[in-house]
Amino acid sequence: MSKIPLQFRHNGRDVAIFVDGGTNLLVALRELIGDMTPKFGCGQGGCGTCSVLIDGELHLSCLTLAETVAGRSIETLDGMKQGPNLHPLQRAFADNFAAQCGYCTPGVLMAAKALLDRNPSPSRDEVVEAISGNICRCTGYEPIINAILAAAGGRVSA
Amino acid sequence: MAVTVKTFASASEAAGVLSSDRSARYLGGGTLVMRALNEGDVSISSVVRAQDQALTRIDASGPRVTLGAGITFARVLAERDLGFLHAPARSIGGPAVRNMGTIGGNLFAPNPYGDFTVALLALDATVAVAGGFGARDIPIEEFLQARERQAGTLVLSVSCTRPVSTEAFRYRKIARIKPKGGSVITLAAHLPISGGRIAGARIALGSMAPTQIRARAAERALEGRSLDAATIAAAASAATEGTSPSDNALGSAWYRREIVGVHLRRLLSGQE
Ligand SMILES: Cc1cc2nc3c(=O)[nH]c(=O)nc-3n(C[C@H](O)[C@H](O)[C@H](O)COP(=O)(O)OP(=O)(O)OC[C@H]3O[C@@H](n4cnc5c(N)ncnc54)[C@H](O)[C@@H]3O)c2cc1C
Ligand code: FES
Ligand code: FES
Repeated sequence: MSKIPLQFRHNGRDVAIFVDGGTNLLVALRELIGDMTPKFGCGQGGCGTCSVLIDGELHLSCLTLAETVAGRSIETLDGMKQGPNLHPLQRAFADNFAAQCGYCTPGVLMAAKALLDRNPSPSRDEVVEAISGNICRCTGYEPIINAILAAAGGRVSA
Repeated sequence: MAVTVKTFASASEAAGVLSSDRSARYLGGGTLVMRALNEGDVSISSVVRAQDQALTRIDASGPRVTLGAGITFARVLAERDLGFLHAPARSIGGPAVRNMGTIGGNLFAPNPYGDFTVALLALDATVAVAGGFGARDIPIEEFLQARERQAGTLVLSVSCTRPVSTEAFRYRKIARIKPKGGSVITLAAHLPISGGRIAGARIALGSMAPTQIRARAAERALEGRSLDAATIAAAASAATEGTSPSDNALGSAWYRREIVGVHLRRLLSGQE
């Protein structure tokens, strides 16, 4: 089976790789680009830990056929920090103890970024809705919700 | 196993390949196809895509609404003219699933999925399909009854008539996990009123049979009557007739039969 050439933008940089037919974007990011920030949880769409932004929209990378992102722009947690500084959302997660084991955190941060990029001052219900596709096995939802609200309210220093 | 991905510019080319290759699967949003590939489903040897603009077109300005099969639930929610379909679209998955999943794919989604299709069934939608034979329109009920045999056809679009009022169309999904979660049961009702009487009642149920079904006995109980307490009670007690739910992790068949009438009564009487 021949390899398929694939080009897209990854956190603002152009990348060119070769994928096998049927490869999902999560595998392409982790194994071919070496971006380990999107995590593999279930491979079924159920946990959200592989969430990335495609052209600014939240998608599950494990359910995205790699070939379909040709020419598009992918953002992962790896591209979130702003130079040497943490993104306000990352800062808020640290300040509000929003990570326990941390496995869900990359996906939750992408879901939160998708929300705040579109709606800078969401209600609590909107935050809950925005992360409803992300499972935290440590079940620390309250601190996560508070952290996202704190980042939105600008009450954390970047 | 690696699969071959075939991308076509036109829907008709994609339809031609789908109809001639049993191991080819059309890729809509991929939420179910990619899950199957990730699980190592070897019955899929190639994946077919079409980048045809017609598949993502929305025509929602008039009384008859047509939605391309490739329209995502997020697109439905972004469209003000599609307000009557917002509740079903919002009831599906989390935000990422709504950004990816399409209404075409929903027609094929097995239990506990297929919520949007329940709404379309109550709205007497028409499904436009293309196969080796060319394109044709199929009433959604007929489409669903023969769903197993639709494997080689490409759905191009779905169309339905806009309900005359918000009161006339109602939707309710019962789930255990909120705000998202698979359907325990899903109900949709279309109740056009003419001269104070219901004319053309449609009740559709999800997760009450292998595919979405119409609750015909409940419809008969409503037809030609006014929507009063006695009529609602008669429809609710007829709700299980013709159903054949199954057990799954979200609920038992017994439980589904117990609650369907209760939820139909609430839906018809406008209770939360
Ligand atoms: C975590 C998660 C949660 C979910 N929650 C819900 C839910 O709450 N409610 C719900 O209804 N569904 C839910 N789903 C199921 C699914 O996302 C939706 O049903 C969606 O509509 C499927 O569309 P798709 O485009 O992603 O389908 P795909 O995976 O692309 O395709 C599914 C099937 O339909 C066929 N198909 C797709 N488009 C066409 C077409 N145009 N013509 C012919 N065949 C076609 C494919 O070949 C395949 O057999 C969920 C899925 C996941 C992973
Ligand atoms: S790994 Fe993608 S949703 Fe779980
Ligand atoms: S912090 Fe452990 S899964 Fe969320």
